[in-house]
Amino acid sequence: MKLVYFAWMKEKAGIGEETVNPPATVTDLGQLVEWLKERGEPYTSMFQNMAAIRAAINYEYVKIDAAVGPDDEVAFFPPVTGG
Amino acid sequence: MIRVQAEDFDPGAELEALTRGNAGIGGVCSFIGLVRDVADGERIGAMTLEHYPEMTRRRLEEIEAEAMRRWPLEGCTIIHRHGRLAPGDRIVFVATASAHRQAAFESAAFLMDWLKTKAPFWKREETGDGERWVAARQSDDDAAARWTGKPASE
Repeated sequence: MKLVYFAWMKEKAGIGEETVNPPATVTDLGQLVEWLKERGEPYTSMFQNMAAIRAAINYEYVKIDAAVGPDDEVAFFPPVTGG
Repeated sequence: MIRVQAEDFDPGAELEALTRGNAGIGGVCSFIGLVRDVADGERIGAMTLEHYPEMTRRRLEEIEAEAMRRWPLEGCTIIHRHGRLAPGDRIVFVATASAHRQAAFESAAFLMDWLKTKAPFWKREETGDGERWVAARQSDDDAAARWTGKPASE
């Protein structure tokens, strides 16, 4: 599974993207976030306030209960500020 | 027509390209967003725009298609820049062309409102005190929400 980060999340992560292999029990986005937080920093501080974070799976906005699988590209970022 | 680029653009040339050869166009409405030198009371030295290229392309195509579906447009142009920009630099260009002005005005406003809340861009400002990520504004969400379920004008 590919994870990509933008804006302050990318800074906290220290990297723009990474590949992870969560266990088969991780089937939705909420479970993925919990699994990442269990790994400690920087994930604990990145995902401290989920209200400040938006997510996309395969380039589409999703909610926290969206299903996620090994072949997905999952993006985490703050609310957008373009225009 | 959609473009996401680091380079500047020429608004006059873009308007000419949008309308050339189509005498069915009776009106064009355009909007250009610029980098301001002050934000939240602080002087801004420069700004860097980051984006998520593949998702940006998809969202902008979707927004363009939605505008074409809602209003009788002859064409529209969306250009968004990324990278480091200085005060006074152009950031974004939106232009819509239609037989009549109302559709052009409304769809241009719609494109900007949806772009600001859906296209995955993030601004980082350089101030005298260092750098900061720009926070999303509730007023932008409110502006985008006014188009929900709104019927297209003729």
